[in-house]
Amino acid sequence: MATILEQSGYNPDRKLKVVGTSPVKHDGMDKVTGRAKFGADLMLPGMLVGKVLRSPHPHAILKSIDISKAETLPGVKAVVTRDDFPEHRQGTAIGDLSRNVMAREKVFYEGHAVAAVAAISESIAKKALKLIDVEYQILPHVIDPVDAMQPGAPILHDYLRTKGVEGAENKRTNVVERLELKMGDVEAGFKQADVIVEREFKTRPIHQGYIEPQGCVANYTEDGQTELWCCTQGHFVVRAQVSSILNIDSSKIRVTPSELGGGFGGKTTSYAEAAAILLSRKANRPVKIVLTRGEVFRCTGPVAATHSRIKIGATKDGKFTAAEAEMVFQTGPFTGSMFHNAAQAVFTRYDLKNAKAVAYEVVSNRPKVNAFRAPCVPQAIFAAESVIDELAKKLGIDPIDLRLKNAASEGYTTIYGQTFGPIGVVETLKAAKRTDHYNAPLGPNRGRGVAAGFWFNRGGETTGSLSVAPDGSVTLLLGTIDVGGSRISISMMAAEELGIPLDKVRAVVSDTSGLGYNMVTAGSRSTFASGMVVIDSAHKAINEMCKRAAKIWGVPEDGVVFEDGHCRPASSNVGDFEPLSIADIAKQAGATGGAIAGHSELNVTGAGPGFGVHIVDVEVDKETGGVRVVRYTVVADAGKAIHPLQVEGQYQGGAVQGIGWALNEEYIYGEDGRLQNPSFLDYRIPVASDVPMIDPIIIEVPNPKHPFGLRGVGEVPVASTLGAIANAVTDAIGIRPYELPMSPPRLLKLIEQAQKGKGG
Amino acid sequence: MSKKIHVTTTVNGDACEFLCEPQQTLLDALRNELMLTGTKEGCSTGDCGACTVVFDGRLVTSCLVLAVEAEDKTVETIEGMAKGDRLHPLQRNFLEYNGAQCGICTPGILIAARALLERNPDPTESEVRYWLAGNLCRCTGYDKVIRSVLAAAKEMRGA
Repeated sequence: MATILEQSGYNPDRKLKVVGTSPVKHDGMDKVTGRAKFGADLMLPGMLVGKVLRSPHPHAILKSIDISKAETLPGVKAVVTRDDFPEHRQGTAIGDLSRNVMAREKVFYEGHAVAAVAAISESIAKKALKLIDVEYQILPHVIDPVDAMQPGAPILHDYLRTKGVEGAENKRTNVVERLELKMGDVEAGFKQADVIVEREFKTRPIHQGYIEPQGCVANYTEDGQTELWCCTQGHFVVRAQVSSILNIDSSKIRVTPSELGGGFGGKTTSYAEAAAILLSRKANRPVKIVLTRGEVFRCTGPVAATHSRIKIGATKDGKFTAAEAEMVFQTGPFTGSMFHNAAQAVFTRYDLKNAKAVAYEVVSNRPKVNAFRAPCVPQAIFAAESVIDELAKKLGIDPIDLRLKNAASEGYTTIYGQTFGPIGVVETLKAAKRTDHYNAPLGPNRGRGVAAGFWFNRGGETTGSLSVAPDGSVTLLLGTIDVGGSRISISMMAAEELGIPLDKVRAVVSDTSGLGYNMVTAGSRSTFASGMVVIDSAHKAINEMCKRAAKIWGVPEDGVVFEDGHCRPASSNVGDFEPLSIADIAKQAGATGGAIAGHSELNVTGAGPGFGVHIVDVEVDKETGGVRVVRYTVVADAGKAIHPLQVEGQYQGGAVQGIGWALNEEYIYGEDGRLQNPSFLDYRIPVASDVPMIDPIIIEVPNPKHPFGLRGVGEVPVASTLGAIANAVTDAIGIRPYELPMSPPRLLKLIEQAQKGKGG
Repeated sequence: MSKKIHVTTTVNGDACEFLCEPQQTLLDALRNELMLTGTKEGCSTGDCGACTVVFDGRLVTSCLVLAVEAEDKTVETIEGMAKGDRLHPLQRNFLEYNGAQCGICTPGILIAARALLERNPDPTESEVRYWLAGNLCRCTGYDKVIRSVLAAAKEMRGA
């Protein structure tokens, strides 16, 4: 029998009852009543409060750490430093990870952890931190990625050598890797061009901005077992990380994920968890560590700053002949920015034959960069879509028409070697062009921008199970974290497959002891991949129920079929039997062979690439440089929207995160390398009064590799935002901003320069 | 260690007592002394609104109120919003319109929105947006939050 990965069973004519509706999500009740338990909400008897001491310097040698005074403070139960952590070799993945959660030889950023304390109260823990003496030898630091590439820049790691560059073996550097992707003949392509636009762009570092700070509770018992509770996008990954950091068998660590108060990529790794386990081991008591907002900004998952250069050539009639990108991505002190995504995605949505994308990843004295919704892609797409907008103006072609002329379609092979199946580039562009929004008149001081976007969408290692209770109701055990409505969507797919009401299905996220390994919820993979394993599990349970029905009826197994929630005789030749519902069979399961369940473990493939188009109207106040987003439409291909209301929520949330990134959000560092705005007051994310309603338009070009046709929907909605807003601002003021954020002071300067230019 | 302070207060209509240190916040006391963890901490500086409660009839961020100030006062939190198994119309409409995505900001938003509708039963979209400007949400883009509040307002007016 073909597996679900080889043969999805997708059928466009299937009549769906549950999939495609928008029922109230099962996790909603706990969320509107305050019952939902997040990272900071677990209380255990005897629990201690853990706090982390952090470096005030962006770059320094850790000469010594004296904890003797802190240890003897009454109420302090444990103190840990690098000396309590096993040493892992520098420059390896685990060496980087362990040094990121607890500094060893050096501190690499302001906020880098150097010690942790557990005490009977928060006030005592804070006092204890002040009693720890740390001797630093301060080193020069570097934050901007281009500065970090220059000869003579402070070097973070003596051992680092650039990957992907010949002759780099003997050269100390901050450049982790140079990646080059190429297709066709770029030089020849540019020669065919009638118009070439080449521009440089900059984006600033930002933060994911989830409202829930990281929190965890560790409980290490004397028999060497560890229970860990934390808010994460991937509890199996947290288990794997703390297991390797601390050299503890994974099977001795049980990680239970809390509800997740936002992550957006920022909660795909661990921070204080390993220290909490060590503190609990020393103190023989449970330890809770919850980061403060300042710690979240200073020490967790920020987003890469970028510098990029984009060059695109086109013929007079608007056909792209060649494109070239050179992009520099800042990571923190350790690799992990996922910069390769940018090289792959920068032009992917266009039918380019000649293209080249070069990307660099550069270390700097910032926290270790972590994923943020379509990691590293919005920055690249901002630059590329700005250049395309300029080409459209130069060529006198409508910006959507220009994109349509160059849209990639089924059969196109990308710069990274993927040949697309059915995709929705053309469909989303055409839908955008038809909107009332795109065709509405613009008021004074207003401008309109469009941009197209792309995200790969992912599958990956995923496990799950489906158990039928004796009363016929069904529990799903999921191994992926629900960040934006996956539990309800997956429950709906199970109900559809089993032919039972949604009310009979409940999905629970398992702790790490209940299932095999799962990758993190990221890359828009969970509803897709966990959905696949649950549907596969449903098929297995259905198969088993057919066997049981055969046994009850005393007929051969192939004499039973499953239709519409019932086992039925395959034909009248089998016999005249009343159909058996799932509940009928479940009731007799004990007598026919035991409980009925299905489980599935897959490395899920077949994710359908996602594309979208954003249309945005802005109003620019030329006296202040302030930009107000007045109308916003997100068009994106969901493949199949399992729960349309949740899909809309993804589109709207992605767009507003992008609005913040485009217009306001940035990390501001002082000359001293310290972050100057580590609070929601000074790092201002969009608030309700900053934004309009966001109009979502769901396009459905089914992904034939999924039983219901779905594609991921989480990242595409942010991919186009920066470019669309930059193009709208350009349309409003007649000058193109090449740098984000387009904050009032930066924009005002541009406007004034342009006015001077005109006047002079 | 200095002695803790004894506080007698009323939370969601119930008389209660707790002990706290002088520097502890009302948010901290609600969560860690009274185990009412529905009120969330997002920033502890009054910027995110996740810890919004009604304190003596006023909408406050409980991270900026000292726990000792609760002496002889009333506090209303998310845990008191539903009456038995009867959800508040705001809670029901947040379910219906998917106004809660991850849910961390939801308790604060619900408490703030209820205070708005008590003062202004028929707010415009703009009025809702400005009223909730102190409650950060990073998931929803606010669209479904605003729709949920407007739908609840309509329902409560009997319109």
